[in-house]
Order: sequence, then C-alpha cells, then structure tokens
Amino acid sequence: MTKVTMTVNGRAVSGEVEGRTLLSAFLREGLGLTGTHVGCDTSQCGACVVHVDGQPVKSCTVFASDVEGASVTTIEGMANPDGTLGRVQQAFQDHHGLQCGFCTPGMVMSAAALLAENPKPTEADVRHYLEGNICRCTGYHNIVKAVLAASGQDVSGLAAE
Amino acid sequence: MPKDHGIGASVKRREDVRFLMGLGNYTDDMAIAGQAHAVFVRSQVAHGRINKIDTADAAAMPGVLAVLTGEDFKDVGGNPTGWLINSRDGTPMREPKRPALAHGKVRHVGDAYAVVIAETYAQAKEAAEAIVADIEELPAIVDMAAAVADPSNRVHEEIPDNLCYDWGWIEDNRAAVDEAIKNAPHVTTLELVNNRLVPNAMEPRASIGEYFPGTGDYKLTTTSQNPHLTRLLIAAFVLGIPENKLTVVAPDVGGGFGSKIYHYGEEAVVLTAAKKLGRAVRWTAERSESFLSDAHGRDHVTRIELACEKDGTFIAFRTETMANVGAYLSNFATVTPTFLHGTLMAGPYKVPNVYVNVKTVFTNTAPVDAYRGAGRPEATYSLERVIDKMCRELGLDPFEVRRKNFITTDMFPYTTPVGLAYDTGDYHATLDKAMAMADVAGFEARRAASAAKGKLRGMGLSTWIEACGIAPSHLVGILGSRVGLYDAATVRVNATGNISVMTGAHSHGQGHETVFAQIVADKLGVPEASVEIVHGDTSKIPFGMGSYGSRSLAVCGSAVTRAIDKIVAKGKKIAAHMLEAAEEDIAFENGSFTVAGTDKAKTFGEIAFSAYVPHNYPLETLEPGLEETAFYDPANFTYPAGAYICEVEVDADTGKVDVVAFHCADDFGNIMNPMVVEGQVHGGVGQGIGQALCENTVYDENGQLLSGSYMDYAMPRADDVPFYNVDYSCQTPCTHNPLGAKGCGEAGAIGSPPAVVNAVIDALQRGGHSHVTHIDMPVSPARVWAAIQG
Amino acid sequence: MYAFDFEKPKTVAEAVEALSREDAMALGGGQTLIPSLKQHLAAPSALVSLTGIAEMRGVCTGTDGALCVGGATPHAVVATEAAAKYPALAALAGNIGDPAVRNRGTIGGSLANNDPAADYPAAVLGSGATIVTNTRSIAADDFFEGLFTTALEPGEIIVEVRFPIPQRAAYAKFQQPASRFALTGVFVAKTANGVRVAVTGASENGVFRWSEAEAALSADFSAEAIEGVSVPAEGMVGDLHGTPAYRANLVKVMTQRAVRAA
Repeated sequence: MTKVTMTVNGRAVSGEVEGRTLLSAFLREGLGLTGTHVGCDTSQCGACVVHVDGQPVKSCTVFASDVEGASVTTIEGMANPDGTLGRVQQAFQDHHGLQCGFCTPGMVMSAAALLAENPKPTEADVRHYLEGNICRCTGYHNIVKAVLAASGQDVSGLAAE
Repeated sequence: MPKDHGIGASVKRREDVRFLMGLGNYTDDMAIAGQAHAVFVRSQVAHGRINKIDTADAAAMPGVLAVLTGEDFKDVGGNPTGWLINSRDGTPMREPKRPALAHGKVRHVGDAYAVVIAETYAQAKEAAEAIVADIEELPAIVDMAAAVADPSNRVHEEIPDNLCYDWGWIEDNRAAVDEAIKNAPHVTTLELVNNRLVPNAMEPRASIGEYFPGTGDYKLTTTSQNPHLTRLLIAAFVLGIPENKLTVVAPDVGGGFGSKIYHYGEEAVVLTAAKKLGRAVRWTAERSESFLSDAHGRDHVTRIELACEKDGTFIAFRTETMANVGAYLSNFATVTPTFLHGTLMAGPYKVPNVYVNVKTVFTNTAPVDAYRGAGRPEATYSLERVIDKMCRELGLDPFEVRRKNFITTDMFPYTTPVGLAYDTGDYHATLDKAMAMADVAGFEARRAASAAKGKLRGMGLSTWIEACGIAPSHLVGILGSRVGLYDAATVRVNATGNISVMTGAHSHGQGHETVFAQIVADKLGVPEASVEIVHGDTSKIPFGMGSYGSRSLAVCGSAVTRAIDKIVAKGKKIAAHMLEAAEEDIAFENGSFTVAGTDKAKTFGEIAFSAYVPHNYPLETLEPGLEETAFYDPANFTYPAGAYICEVEVDADTGKVDVVAFHCADDFGNIMNPMVVEGQVHGGVGQGIGQALCENTVYDENGQLLSGSYMDYAMPRADDVPFYNVDYSCQTPCTHNPLGAKGCGEAGAIGSPPAVVNAVIDALQRGGHSHVTHIDMPVSPARVWAAIQG
Repeated sequence: MYAFDFEKPKTVAEAVEALSREDAMALGGGQTLIPSLKQHLAAPSALVSLTGIAEMRGVCTGTDGALCVGGATPHAVVATEAAAKYPALAALAGNIGDPAVRNRGTIGGSLANNDPAADYPAAVLGSGATIVTNTRSIAADDFFEGLFTTALEPGEIIVEVRFPIPQRAAYAKFQQPASRFALTGVFVAKTANGVRVAVTGASENGVFRWSEAEAALSADFSAEAIEGVSVPAEGMVGDLHGTPAYRANLVKVMTQRAVRAA
C-alpha cells in the first residue's frame, strides 16, 4: 500500500492504495463518492468519467497512483456553491436528459468538458463528443438537447432534419 | 399556457436532482459493515458434464471465507418459470430444474457452478481462478433446427428433442388458415431472423445478502424491477425462507428493460452465504458477466406467409417460428414467444385468418426472456416486413395497403382471430399524423438531394399495435400464468396532511416518483411537493407485480387511483360528520370537502388531521386514520398503437446506413406527463434502431459468445441516431381503466425496427438494387454491402 | 487485476532501470493495458508509468523539419499541437477512441501495443516515420511485425516518433460499429519520393502498405487512379463485423476517400 494525495472537488484528500487501485475505486470505496459509476470493464461506457486537471478521463482506466497530486472533479463537485444544480446539471433536468440516472454522471462530466472546450457546439459536435458515453434509456435525444441548451442555444422544436 | 402541474403537465422529474448530484443510491453504492465479496465461477464451455470440482486450493487462499458449489444447493428448490404453456397436442411444456448454481452439468458459457466469498473482491477473484473443475466438454447445441433434429445431444437429459413446447395459436384456426392460403390470389413469404439482443441496462446486476441472527430475518438488496416477485420466488420455490422473514429491497436501479424482472441464482446464493457466514455478502456483475448471464431477448427464426387479394386486401397470416429459450427457463421465458407474440399476429388489421406456430427450443446459450417489448416487437417485425414485401411484389402503395386493411373506429370493441379484444383505437389517425409529420409528399425531393451527395435514400413505414398493461388475472390464469397480474398501492395520508404513496410498481428510469405524485396531487387537490412515492421495498409496500410490459401506469396507476377514491370516500364520511351534513351532500373538489349548496367546507388537511386526532369524529361507525390500499386487476389489456416512418441514407460503397429522420405518431390514450412520455418513446426508438442496425448477439458453433463486450456488441451511440419527431396527440383513451392510460414504455422498441429495415430496402430498391428484398437485422454495413453485391 | 507495484519515474533512465525488473511492464495511458489487466490477461510484477517523464511528452519540430512527438504524448495533445504542421496526423489523433480516451492514451503506448485495428500504426507506416527508442531509431517499415508484435526489445521504450511532413496526406477510417476501432483505416501520404498507403484494421497481419495502390497513386494522385486496383480478400480479417471480401472492399473505398481528402 502506498499513500496517494490529490484534490477532489476542491478538497485535499489522501488515502492508502494498492498499485492496482483504480481512480474509480478510490473515489467510490476510498472516499465514498459513489456518484461515479462503473458500467463496463472495457473502457467503453463512460459512466465513470471524471475530470483530472480539467480533462475528462475514464476513472476506471486510470490508476489512483497515476494521478498523484492532480485535481479531480466528480459529479459531486458539479453543483453551484449554493448547492443548487449547476448549469449542465440543470439543463439535464430541464430537458429530461436522464432516466435511470446510471450513465448520467459520466454524461454530465463529458458534456461539461465539451462545453469548456467548445462553448457553442453543433448537434454533430455533441453527438461526436459523446461517442464514449453509452446511454440505454434516452435514445440520446434529450441528452443532446440538454447539452445544446446548456450552451445557451435555442432547442425548441428540435427533431430530425 | 401548458399546464405546470397535475395530470397532463410536463413536470420536471424530482428524482433527477439526486441522480444529477451523484447522490443516487444504487445497490453497488451501499457499503455494509463487515461485508464480504462474492465472485462467481462460470463455465467456459457451453456444455459439459461436471465430474469434480476441487475447491481445496481456493479455500486455502488468503482472505477466502467460503466456497460453495452446486452441491450445496442441490437439495433446495429451483428457480421456476411463471407460465405453463401447453403444446398443440395438449401435453404440458417440458420444464427442467434451474438450480441456483449449476449441478451435474454446465449448460452455457457463463453458467455459474461455484462461488468464492472472501474478505475482498480481489481475493475472491484470485481464489476463483484456483478452483479446479473437471468438466468433460460435450458437443454444444447452438443452432435451433439442429437441436430439434438430433435427439442424441440434449441440453437436459430428460428432454429428448430439446423442445420446450410446440404451441399453436389458435389451433382451431389452423385448417381454415391453411385453406385460405392455398386458395389466395397472392401469397408473399418471408423468412427472417429476429436477432438476439443483450438488454444492457447500464447498471450491471448486483445483489447484497444479509442475515440477522437475532430475528432470523433475511434482507436482499438487489437490482430488480419487481422486488415482490423476487421475494415470492425465493420464499416459495428456491430457499423456502418464510415470505415474512425476507425483505427484498430494490433501491435506485439503473435500467432494466426486462432483464431485471427475473430472479437470478446469484440472489439466492448471496442470501445463503450471508446466513452461513453471519456477514453481509455482496456481488456486482462485471459487464462481461452481464453479457454471459443476464437474460437475453428476442432470438426468433420465423417464416411468415401473407395471403391477400391482388389489391392488397389481407386474407390470412401464417407464422412458423422457432424461439430460442437458451439453456434454462427464465421466469417469463415461456410466455414471451407465445402469448406476448402470437396474440399480436393480427396487428391493427381486419384479417380474418391468422395462425401462429411456435416451437421453443433449449440450446446451450444464455437464457432468453422478455426484453423491452417482449414478443410484440417480434410480431410487429414479422408483420410489417412481410406487408412491405407484399406491397413491392404487387406494386402497391404501402400507406394505402395499411389503410385498406385497418380496423376502423366503428368496429370497436374488436375481437381478433388470435383472441384479443381491442377496446379502442384510431389507426387511420396515427397514420395520417405520421405522414403529415414526415412530409411524405416531399420525399422525392429529399431523395434527389441525397442522391446528389452519393447516398441512396429510402422511406419505411411501420404501423404497430401492442397489448400491454398486463394483465387480467382471470384471463392469464386460463392461459397458464402461475401468478396474478394485478398491482397494488397504498395511499397513506399522514396526520399533518402530507402523503406517502407505496406503489407495487418500481421505477428504474420511468419517473414514477414524479408522475404518480402528479396523479395523487391532482386528484386530492394538494401540492405535488406534499406527495412522496415509496417503491422498491417489500417491507414498506403492500404488494406489487413490478414494472414491465408498459404496465406501471395502466395497472399500478389504476391501483393508486382506486386507493385515492377510497381516501376521498372516507374523507366525505368524516366531512359529513364534521359539517353536520349528509354524506351524499358532500362534494370534493380542489382539495376541499364542501356541502353542496352552502359555503360550509373543510380542507383536505383538516379532514386528515381529524382522522388522526378524532375528537370530533364518527368513531362508532368509522375507524380513525386515513390510509387506503387498493389492488387493481385490469379488465383487459390496453392497446397502444401508432405509425412510425423512418428515412435512411445508405452509402452503397460501404453499406453504412444512417437514420436521417424518424417520425412517431402514437396513441397512448391519456397522457400524464408529456415530457416523460416523449422520453420513453425516444428510448424505445433508440433501442429499436439499435436492434435494426447494429446490435447482435453471436454465439459460435461451440457456444462461445463472440459478442461478449462493448468491443463487439454494438450499442447505439449518440452519433448513430437522429433527433426523433414524436407526437402523441391522437388519443383514444383506454375504456376500462380509471386513468384512460394505455402505456408507452415499449412502443418505440416495438414499432421502430421494421420501419428502419423497410426504409433500407426501399433505399436499395430505389437505388437500382432491385434484387435486394430482405436483409436480416442487424442491417450492418457489412450485410448491406454484401446484399448489394448479390 | 493481480497485485503489482506501481512506479512513476521522472526520466527515461529511471524508467529503463525500473523496467529491468523481472516481469515489469511499461504503462502508457493504459487505455488498452488496463482493460486487459482486468481480465487477468497479464500479471506484471510492476507497472512503470511513462507519463511522468517530461522529456517524453509534447510535440516539437526537429532540425530536419520532421514533427517530433514524444512517446508519452496523449492523443488529445497531438490533435491540438500537430494541427498546424501535420493536419492529417492531428486529425487522426483527434479521432482515436473518444475524448476521455484521447486524454490518457499515448502514441508510444499505441505503437508498442500494435493493435491490428489501431489508428496510429497507419499514420506511422503511411508517413514513413521513425520510432526513436532509448537505444536506437527504427524505421516504420521495420517496426511493425504483425499482430501485437513489434521490433521493440523487452524493456525498450519509445521515446519519440519523428514524422517527416508529406506534401499531402489524409486518413480515412471506417469504424467497427461496436468498438469504434478501425474496421479499416487507410493513411495516404504523398511525398517527394512517391506515395505511401498504409492500411490498418483489415489484414490478418496487422498494418500493411498497399504497394499496388502506392504505385498507381505515385503515377497519378487521384481517387480514379486506383479504380482498377484491388486487394485480394485472402489474408483479410473475417469476423462478425465483416467478411474478408468486405474488408478488401473497404481498403479500396477508404483509400479513395483518403486521396480525395488529402
């Protein structure tokens, strides 16, 4: 076991980990931050996406020891300081961008990363960027709509073509 | 202004806040003090005789607490199936025992035959590899036709031809249908495969078993769509735990789509181990395990014949299907290809002769059971594809052919030749609506624009119907169901006037916590915020048959409504006493009990308070308290229906299909929350497009699962689908339930696959590839390209 | 995963030392290695993370004008920093996996793994790049030795990859529907010395150069120039996503698309 130290959602944390301890396991089991979900074992589904130093990564495919000293943001760190839903979170609720909620943390984290990179994405940009986040409930319609809405774009009357 | 609260309003979902904050509480999120970790040892061969399982090395590994094998469960009961199907000759289906852990034989890759429980997950996983199993591999039975043809090789020794049953529906129709087809002016025949799918709820299955020695109570926390059924099965059939000593909790559940309806062996194992060890025992599936061990869906091989007049008037449909049930009978595996499939084979059409034959076959593959739509997508796909093929053969317009054959509004109630009694519908209305949405007249211009980009464009239609809101208990009892299919709800008005509603339906994405609260608040005239929906805990809820088959609103919502009616009736008695009026003079409206023709009134809150502080109360004739339970048993199925139009572009060089437009005009009866309804349709259509274009479950000839991860099982991604154009304004309310609701959860998955495939065939035909009359799903790039090559 | 020690050296020399331990393995971004560790497909004694080695990260221009990409540079960085100088390479890097994968996965990790459906091998072979390790330089033509096999010796580390800049280049990928890896991907580069065409995803032997197309395109750099050229289906991969004949078709179609895009 070795000690790992990082900043999670603005708070300095540390814990004892094995070499093989994944960041997702450190967050869920070590810190009790169970909002980060694990939905597959092949690094495809994206339910585990968190931000490491501002960049989205799949926390099930990163060792906790490999992000020693980094700043990590999880879904639990996305609310406004007053505890209300943050901009992307609120857009997901407003536009019914989630159903069972399991893929949602990863979706929100990826969506937030997209908007940081590309504040006014097109529909195609959003769909392409979310390639690594699988949702089984929504057919993606309202997720894409929510992300476009979070970017401040008008989403009334969106349908194919 | 659209409504902002109550029935019919797009109220934002209250459950979203916890999910968006990362504060959901899914099974794997729970840490229990002293918990141990289970890892299951699963067969790597599809079919084998277990000669010996040597657990000694594993048991000696660090941290290992227990190793259990099938031997430890051989004397307990098996996991039963919930529906008895009789064969055409009247003999009952063959029903092999399904043990909690495989015993004697392993019957599919992923069949669990041992479990290791250790202090940590890693220790359990490493010890699992140290189990030495002497399993003598037997030839795998994978292909259904071969399974039936070769009696020497058996999935279950006692079932010589690997046949579960040979079912005919309706057997009395058979001769007339044969005769009609023989004499028909035109017969179109289509052989097709309804591809096997893996449900792939994003939350893998997980279970935590606990045992409390002080009381002898058990608790199972599990990823279930219907915790009461799981409790019933474990109690009555598998472990023999008294039902009142077992609590089953299904907390937040990350999607189900059918796969979490069923009781699985892992649940019985963690409970047994918890008692043995005196510690909580937890298990969470790895996704690879989910692929191997979750109940799969579909997997039909079908030949359908459509007999008609030269003008397209339907004369008869005859279907012969082989349905793969896998290695064991999952709980609803036998009804899915029969009563949920054969009874729908008339579609929304006035066809006089329909006969369906289904042979359900055991193979060395994972069990197959209901997956979103469950039988009805298979029926719809067969019908809508063969109709499309017939239209091409006869040069008829597919829209006009549907119109010509639709049951018309003056014909309801309408009894089909396959035994269903449609109560209401308007199939012309949904077709007209879909055609307007799709701008059918503008298609040629869009096709030309696609051609200018080098793409082939096509349009496909599907007009679908389903039977849901399952189901009248007396009817399903006659048909072989071993359970009742009512649902239950308790409305508890607390002394302070707020309300707890315990529902048998379980929400795992459907939004019950919001929508049921809308109904209760609307009917009682109280704020939605004062209504709490409680679900997923057998210790809190009277009973329930769970959520599947688009039944939550139509059946459990009706139970909620009936319970509310009882609350209001009792409230009127209390109000009559307090207001010194006759009970029949009391009216209840907008949360207020009034005496007709006067200004005398009591608020709902005052009545609730009086019920719990009964100082001025008719105690001699009325019990205190304000809590009512209703069990609602539906009088009939509900019959949602609709018309879907899909447009695709095909890249002929690569075979890639892009869905560029998808239009849905549905009739769901009355709508409680339009936003939620739209979301359900989106999700269903997304899954239907997935089935049509990319998803496929492939076993090789040795029974190895080739599509066992997201590396090879193609889940639809955000860039595989378009925005969907959804409408539900055509509403013919259900005639027999108090909400007039029909259900919307499965519609998208039922109606969309044939629309997509019809569109692809249309694109290829218009693009000059007239030899392509059918491509089996998934209509993958490789298959489309190969079809074009001829 | 089996237990292992985790090490994160700061220099190439430290990494070489750490990798000298028996059964130690190098860890790039881990986007392929970690899933295989989860499946218990490997049991390293130690994982040596290379992503903390500053000298192995980043994109620069060499004295010969080549684009130099540090072996531990994530795909997302290449997508951004190579965009001006070698847009075809940047576009390829920007379309590997998904955004989260691109933030972790590295060029050195991808090349050392040599997955037959990976994108980078096509760029490296198609560009005629040079793989610089801690001990030597290896020409791309000598580096790829078949499925998951390269010329790397045990413990040898890809420090840098040097890409000569072609006159025109493009990569066209047809995605495998499930994994989104290349079902077939073709990298075409037109240089002063002729055209190179490298194909990934299609062959049973991994990335390969399609010499017939190179000859045709060297004579006439147009999609039409390879109308009469084809690769035999024999030797192409056949699996549940496509037959050998389908992949052979994709090789040609994607080559033509790459030429048009270049």
